[in-house]
Amino acid sequence: MTDTNKDLVKKEAGVPEGVDRTKPRKVFKPDVDIIEEKEETVLTADLPGVDEKSLDITLEKNVITIRGRVETEIPAGCRLAYGEYEVGDYERAFSLSDEVDKEKIQATIKNGELKLVLPKATAVKARKIAITAA
Amino acid sequence: MVWTDFDRFGFPDPWRALDRLNRAVSGSGLLAPSTSEFPLVNVWMDGDRAVVTTELPGVDPKDVDISVAGKTVTLRGARSLGDACKEGCEHRHERWSGNFSRSFDLPFVIDQNKVDAKFSKGVLHVTLPRAESDKPRKIAIKTE
Repeated sequence: MTDTNKDLVKKEAGVPEGVDRTKPRKVFKPDVDIIEEKEETVLTADLPGVDEKSLDITLEKNVITIRGRVETEIPAGCRLAYGEYEVGDYERAFSLSDEVDKEKIQATIKNGELKLVLPKATAVKARKIAITAA
Repeated sequence: MVWTDFDRFGFPDPWRALDRLNRAVSGSGLLAPSTSEFPLVNVWMDGDRAVVTTELPGVDPKDVDISVAGKTVTLRGARSLGDACKEGCEHRHERWSGNFSRSFDLPFVIDQNKVDAKFSKGVLHVTLPRAESDKPRKIAIKTE
């Protein structure tokens, strides 16, 4: 299975009109997959160049924000001869529904891929009612 | 794909220069047009060495195959994103998956024994030095 219609060029994260970033470098929106399962919702994000030390996840009210810092690594003494992608930081925010158990959110990052597990709160999990024959 | 700035006699390619100028004006810092081939690569040059960098988040370095032959370097591999779920449970699907294969021609013959590849945080760096036999030889001039 190969996706041919995916836009591979990084999309810059937006800022409100008239507002500038304090750092001159570019900030991109990482590509994500979000899959909802019975017990939890799993968010996977592409954050190449980011590890657990340079990743920052904050939860404020119902908004979860992912921020990743990337150190630009220019090979010593080299100039860019051919370039297809740009390097910059990552930032993206998602609003969570009330059904997420905010105390139990887990995040792991490996090989530049972030996995965020958002478990559902017990109250929302569909409860099966046992029926006893009278 | 040929991406050298200079032809084999060392003259700059005017079309390439014009293309670069166009991009500088349009504000994109990139030297290549957007491509839909995964993964996107950057090629860095330093005289007798080229460094190819590419972003492969979520790919196990064991699943990446780098092969070198003459002037050509090929990156092959696959990225699988786990089991696709049943209809209705997927909210967003933005990440690329599948098998990939990308080849480049460098402007010099690569020393196959000295190729070095490093993978960290989902970014692959491949250093490709120029073969000794391909380097220009200096001819000593004898005076009589």
